[in-house]
Amino acid sequence: MSASPVEFCGIELEHPIINGSGTFDANAARRVFGDELIAAANFPFSAFVSKTITPAPRPGNPPPRLWEEAAGMINSIGLPNKGIEGFLEHDLPGLGELPVPLIVSVMGTSAEEFTTLIEGVAERPEVDGLELNISCPNVHSGLIVGEQPTETLALLNAVRPLTGKPLIVKLTPNVADPVAIARAAEAAGADAVSLINTVKARAIAPGSSEPWLGAGSGGLSGPAVRVIAVKQVADVAEAVAIPVVGMGGVERGSDARDLLAAGATLVAVGTASFRDPLAGARIRAELAELAMS
Amino acid sequence: MSGADGRVQAPLGRRRLTVSSNEPSGGYRILSALDEAGPAPAAGQFYMLAAESGWGGNAERPYLPRAFSVAEAEVTDKGLRLDFLLEDVGPGTHALAALEAGEGLMVTGPLGRPFSAPREINLDAAGAILVGGGLGLAPLAILRKALGERGVPLRTLLGFRDEAHSGGMELFRCCEVGLASEDGHAGHRGYVTDLLAAMLDGDQAASGVVYSCGPPAMLEAVRTMCAERGVACELALETPMACGFGACFGCAVPLAEGGYMRLCVDGPVVGGNQIETAMPAGSGHRG
Repeated sequence: MSASPVEFCGIELEHPIINGSGTFDANAARRVFGDELIAAANFPFSAFVSKTITPAPRPGNPPPRLWEEAAGMINSIGLPNKGIEGFLEHDLPGLGELPVPLIVSVMGTSAEEFTTLIEGVAERPEVDGLELNISCPNVHSGLIVGEQPTETLALLNAVRPLTGKPLIVKLTPNVADPVAIARAAEAAGADAVSLINTVKARAIAPGSSEPWLGAGSGGLSGPAVRVIAVKQVADVAEAVAIPVVGMGGVERGSDARDLLAAGATLVAVGTASFRDPLAGARIRAELAELAMS
Repeated sequence: MSGADGRVQAPLGRRRLTVSSNEPSGGYRILSALDEAGPAPAAGQFYMLAAESGWGGNAERPYLPRAFSVAEAEVTDKGLRLDFLLEDVGPGTHALAALEAGEGLMVTGPLGRPFSAPREINLDAAGAILVGGGLGLAPLAILRKALGERGVPLRTLLGFRDEAHSGGMELFRCCEVGLASEDGHAGHRGYVTDLLAAMLDGDQAASGVVYSCGPPAMLEAVRTMCAERGVACELALETPMACGFGACFGCAVPLAEGGYMRLCVDGPVVGGNQIETAMPAGSGHRG
């Protein structure tokens, strides 16, 4: 339960606090805050997980994309990104300058698309690992890969041989049994799993009976989902031998400690960074203080 | 430190300012705080604001900070004083409206792309027309000061819905202002865009530059009016925003060329011809 250096899938990290994918754009933040951000002493995370990229560029969902909810928020961003070519050309050089290891998040709608992404990204020297976002339907079966153990197993079997770099599988909380998905990922050679992704949610527009969000519904994050994360991280960590990245509503050092106690090796901070760009650094400091007491 | 487009970079992270005053101004309030660590912002930039206590933590809402354009930034003997214009319309603005002198205001900023100088928008610009609606007069107050100091000829038009939804006039006490109100309590009865149309039509050539901030429908009217007359304009937009520094991708505004921009890092000031509409879905939602 400490804030000390930790080994994760063969990568040495200064401490166990990283970011959740899609909750911090280091390149944009550097435009806002300047090079102070990427000084080793200032950067709030011990590894950086990029926003998910897809093979082709995506504009993202129509607005509105956000809804503030009790102790959290719903987002339906829709994975806007420049596609793999745009990412490699425009985003990766900046991410390569970060003072911490880089994990690139990728999402495809088929094993072929994941193959394109992994082959394009994994061999780049700036990249230390990949996170597989499997919350998308498989175009061949129509099933959400991350909701079906058989789909998860088949995908990992197809892509595991493509790289020796760590593959982390991001798990959704929107299933009856996340343990079954985690076991499938482990069985097919995943190096780690990370959870939880956002919890499916819908807000109704004030004075209306229509959904508020442009895409109709989205994912809930923030302290509202924290105890769901603690339960799912505990269940998964008990069931698999590979490391677990725990996340969901982490706001304080004590929240990070709870996830580490539940069996997580690393803890990711997400929505809290929206409120405070250096939330990760504060949480790490609070965690260190708790470890001393 | 400044970026290529004149934006002032923010100190890294969030910092605590001390509220120096929080006074009613008509139906609005002017919240002032002393910023000892921050740089002077450029006109059009904004800050993410949250009360130091009763925000997040054990309170259900507000959870996210709220984005506010800075209305005034003045160096005083106690440090840089930042003024924000606000209206108590939801849990976040209610908490900000309740802050008292001496209490803490958590801020990240200055953020975003500021207004451009008139000649950066139109090489032949002979002057500037500032068009504000309601709370949207805030960024125009600091812009007016900046342009005035550079000797740019200025005309200012402000519009309000009614007396209860108006205020902040002391930010313009220096100068002549054309007023409109929908209920007729002050100035022209009708929209501020009526005044703008008359002004643009009376001008000899499209030599002015229009700067505007206000409700989405007003901004869209200004944008259309300027496009029809070939007048360059810059608009300060507002959308729901979770972070203010490019992290959440929530503040999407549709671009004229297709796709979206992140208003927090590519705005909040946009060129009128850059965007598909100044009233994207959700943009009028405040709290």
